[in-house]
Amino acid sequence: MSDAGIKPAPQTASTAPAAAGTASVLDIFIEFLIIGATSFGGGVVAYLRNGLVAKREWVDDKEFVEMLSISQTLPGLNATNMAILVGDKLRGALGSIAAIVGVCLPGAVLMYIAGMLYHEHGDRPLVTAALKGVAAAAVGLILATAMQLGKKSLSHNHDLIFIALTVIGVNRLHQSVPRVLIAVGILAILWYYPRKSDKRGEATQ
Amino acid sequence: MNQVPALIRVFAYLSLLTVGGGMAAFPELKVLTVEVHHWLTFPQLIHLYSVGQMAPGPNMMMIVSIGEWVAGPLGAIVVLIAFFGPTALLAFLIGRLWKKLEHWPWRTSIQKGLAPVSIGLLLAGCFTMAKGAITGLETATIAVATLLILLQYKINPALLVAAGAVIGAFTFVPK
Repeated sequence: MSDAGIKPAPQTASTAPAAAGTASVLDIFIEFLIIGATSFGGGVVAYLRNGLVAKREWVDDKEFVEMLSISQTLPGLNATNMAILVGDKLRGALGSIAAIVGVCLPGAVLMYIAGMLYHEHGDRPLVTAALKGVAAAAVGLILATAMQLGKKSLSHNHDLIFIALTVIGVNRLHQSVPRVLIAVGILAILWYYPRKSDKRGEATQ
Repeated sequence: MNQVPALIRVFAYLSLLTVGGGMAAFPELKVLTVEVHHWLTFPQLIHLYSVGQMAPGPNMMMIVSIGEWVAGPLGAIVVLIAFFGPTALLAFLIGRLWKKLEHWPWRTSIQKGLAPVSIGLLLAGCFTMAKGAITGLETATIAVATLLILLQYKINPALLVAAGAVIGAFTFVPK
């Protein structure tokens, strides 16, 4: 995701240690509700960081990055996985539920309404024309996301081979996503198998 | 006909495919909702997904629209729980386990290995969508322009997607 809007957490160490302990389930719900309602444009990670690290000081930068790397490795969206991890850290299972409901609720309500409107008016020529433009722009946006993500999380040229294998498997050979995920995933994980003097590995971090 | 069990099955399954983001599940989302269950057409799926790019929060909220179309308010709620429940539970359990796995050498291998695969899945989803969304020179131009602007400038992508709506309205309305 994009780094846009990430500010370093203010260095007010005096309030930081107590902050995590004082977060109530309601606090968690409200903060994630705000993030869920304001994170227009997809860069939800930046909004999470602003809300949780800079504003609330519920997690520090190091912990945030650690949680983000778990979120990215597991299936599930970054935003909801982060909600689960931060919620659990602050208030256990209840905190997780409050956080994920909060972060999902605004977008869910909005898309519920948008879906109904589209169902009713979607076949009007003007709406169809506008949506054709929206879909084309969305393709550009997703490509940009993929390129920015690639630039940030890949450091080896041979990673391009795993990317290509995945794309070819799904788009050219028309294999199902789980099949490609398992096949190429295992291949890539084995490629990075743990070795004692790991030189290839260090550069990625 | 009660479609709720089918909604639960489909979206719980899609949930586990979202490695690296929601777009990874898009090719399967298309197969299951369009080709297998006929809940909506491919252009409708593309439209909803694209509109969803402008909504705040996790960017797969368009699944709510599908649930609502198929089975009303209950459908919307069922889809949300089916789609976010399994990965939420997994994140909860693995999150607690993660610290203990700190010295497990394969942890790094899994992270490094899945990084390129998740980008590949994102691209694969994007190409699946492009097959339906890029229909000519005009749509290709809009997509490339959006890509180049986003790579060059720090601008909120939701604004560009909204701009796509305006350009589309002027360009594609039948005379």
